[in-house]
Amino acid sequence: MQQITLEAAIDNMPKAIEFIDGCLEGMDCPLKKQMQVDVAVEELFVNVAHYAYPGTKGDVTITFETESGPARALITLTDSGIPFNPLEREDPDVTLKAEERGVGGLGIFMVKKSVDAIEYQYSGGKNILRITKSI
Amino acid sequence: MLTIEKKSNNDELVIELNGRLDTTTAPQLESELKASYEGVAELVFDLKDLEYISSAGLRVLLSAQKTMNRQGRMVIKNASEEVMEIFEVTGFTDILTIE
Repeated sequence: MQQITLEAAIDNMPKAIEFIDGCLEGMDCPLKKQMQVDVAVEELFVNVAHYAYPGTKGDVTITFETESGPARALITLTDSGIPFNPLEREDPDVTLKAEERGVGGLGIFMVKKSVDAIEYQYSGGKNILRITKSI
Repeated sequence: MLTIEKKSNNDELVIELNGRLDTTTAPQLESELKASYEGVAELVFDLKDLEYISSAGLRVLLSAQKTMNRQGRMVIKNASEEVMEIFEVTGFTDILTIE
């Protein structure tokens, strides 16, 4: 298992992606799947940075584990912020025209579309988001 | 990291994006666009060297599309297979003019 803890701040998002890309490198991950994993981690990380610690600072821990046969990446984001399940957010209507489109909800929708499974759990005062992606 | 290159020809503006259009770089493109819209009738995004796009990048493209709907036309060119996949999943293939 590989792990990194970062302050949940937007400016740290590239560090989170760098960590994930470093982990995926060891798995011979195709470019397309790497992009999908990056999208999922970016959107979830940014979500934590925006909402988990209103008016205060806090950390987010990212863990990366692998399973073999078939190869899968298991990535968990854990924060100690306010309970918040981003998966409850309603999906945007992706059939709307440009003029009718709002800006909200797209990030989490992209996470759902990018990974094979995603689970949210609030446990021991922590928000735990776990994504699974076959590589 | 995102590099933005602008090429202007009469009322056509070509913007070449190189690198990653994500949460940290999207504001850079947004402010670059805001300063460039005046007098532009055709806005072309050349995405040949765009490696990655997240929802923050899509939001900037959506906002550019809305602006250009009022004053002309916007075209996306040379998007990679990976970037196209993101456009498809999010329904952006229906919003954007992709050549």
